[in-house]
Amino acid sequence: MPSRAFGIALWIALASAVLFLTLPVLALFLRVPPDELVAQLASERAREAIRVSLTTSLVAHALILGFGTPAAYLLATKRFRGRAFVVSLLELPLVLPPAVAGIGLLAAFGRSGLLGEELGALGLSIPFTQLAVVLAVCFVASPFYVRAAIAAFEAIDPRLLDASRTLGADRGRTFRRVALPLAAGGLGAGSTLAFARGLGEFGATIMFAGSLPGRTQTAPLAIYDSLDQDFDVALALGALFVVFSILILLAAKLIPLWTRSASISPFPFARSRST
Amino acid sequence: MDTLRLDLSVPLRAFSLDLTLEAGAGTLALAGPSGAGKTTLLRALAGLVRPARGRIAVGEDVWFDAARGIDLPPERRSVGFVFQDYALFPHLTVEENVAYAARAGAAALLERFGIADLARARPGELSGGERQRVALARALAREPRLLLLDEPMAALDAHTRAHVRGELRALLRDLGLPTLLVTHDFEDAAALAPRVAVLVRGRLVQEGRPEELVAAPADAFVAALTGGNLVPGVACPSAGGLTEVTLESGSGVYSTDAGTGRVGVAIACWDVTVAREAPPDSALNHLRAPIASLAPLGNRVRVRVGPLTAEVTAASAERLALTEGESVVASFKATATRLVPLS
Repeated sequence: MPSRAFGIALWIALASAVLFLTLPVLALFLRVPPDELVAQLASERAREAIRVSLTTSLVAHALILGFGTPAAYLLATKRFRGRAFVVSLLELPLVLPPAVAGIGLLAAFGRSGLLGEELGALGLSIPFTQLAVVLAVCFVASPFYVRAAIAAFEAIDPRLLDASRTLGADRGRTFRRVALPLAAGGLGAGSTLAFARGLGEFGATIMFAGSLPGRTQTAPLAIYDSLDQDFDVALALGALFVVFSILILLAAKLIPLWTRSASISPFPFARSRST
Repeated sequence: MDTLRLDLSVPLRAFSLDLTLEAGAGTLALAGPSGAGKTTLLRALAGLVRPARGRIAVGEDVWFDAARGIDLPPERRSVGFVFQDYALFPHLTVEENVAYAARAGAAALLERFGIADLARARPGELSGGERQRVALARALAREPRLLLLDEPMAALDAHTRAHVRGELRALLRDLGLPTLLVTHDFEDAAALAPRVAVLVRGRLVQEGRPEELVAAPADAFVAALTGGNLVPGVACPSAGGLTEVTLESGSGVYSTDAGTGRVGVAIACWDVTVAREAPPDSALNHLRAPIASLAPLGNRVRVRVGPLTAEVTAASAERLALTEGESVVASFKATATRLVPLS
């Protein structure tokens, strides 16, 4: 029976996909016993890499939120000529190969780059510093946040913003008291995804910031660097990332649900328009 | 008391809204089909839409004057805006919604609107009628000099609507603020406002008391919009499950609808017949009065008889040789009436 065969084919495809996608993750944990993984994380190299990753990611994330939120609000609430073009520009790093991002950052901020002379005059040399890591992370991770933030702000009924204005609140107060709380779920989810993407950044960072242990060597770079000398450290960092990624995924799925139910109504069934 | 004076032009997609209007204390209902520019007018007054030219002033304060480059932002215009579907902040409680604009006095407003026990509830948990009261309380919290209501009844079901209409009418009368109320429903307009302006494709087609519009509609659109009489009276239950309504003239009419106290009797113009003598037919209601006016409308004529307007064919009017001032009988069935609470 052909329809039965089709049904079986669907299940085989799904099983193959699940097996293929989970096997490498499982392998990380099966190669080395768990207590050994934890011990490896305490090694000098692993601790340094985690420290560099966290500090650069947190600084980059603060920049992404600080600039991305108002930019997304403007794009979501104002219609102007060239708006779609601007949105596309902001999304470009999503599809750009990380190596291209790295070479582009060098071409812009490198010593002989577009702004090299100006930066040099200020006594700034960005490549191969922690600032370079921060910029690389911002470049590749910000679109994840900005896209989610535009969608979150666009989902707000514009009349709520109008209502706030007619109630005497200026644009700033309307943003703080109405737009931000209502978009919080979407902003949280986008922020989580951008943070995860930034923490895993590899290609642009290694080209623009190098892989100097203790300075610019982030956790993903340390995994790559440890492959031939210290495979267990690489595995331990990999396993840490798996745990972190699972948490990120959970957070990205739960944050919007949680903020929605908390901010709109404690009774999920009361949300339908009763008369 | 303040007077709203406006003279403005706002370009819309297919036409432009061009309007000159003056509104003192009391409610002016803006009726008209959807897309006529009614909501745009309210938004322009609130400062949410910028007119291409014109002037908006409330009392001595100029809010907008294109020639002088004045354009106050919404937060600096003393306006209370009740949005269609109310636009309550879903993440704030009822009390926080009302307190959003008020520096003080939110508690008193909650009390006044009978929603004090809902203070901690969120808008998602409220019924349509409750949400309307929260929206009104919130709009008034700023002590505005101009009140704007956009389709305040549209989000209510038929049952709640009849009840809320009476409440809202009393509230608007007590406030004594210049009020513009947008509706596409003439019955709402007539029940809520002593004056109605009809807006079609951005132009003011006619303005007047509801009964004037019913009696002498300026064009076919107003005629279709105002297809109903709304005659005030006092209702009390009567024999046979009927309701007897004593009109202001003293005569009584019967309705199959239930109702008590101050009501409006709604009857479509085309459900009222005109004759020289009360016909011996099944209609229960006969009112004798002189013809106050005759307004031809193409192949029909609107005949004003006492408090009622009847719509008859031009041929019938001619056959009966109706003339102004002569005494006739207007008849309609109890089943053709509906009762609308007024209080």
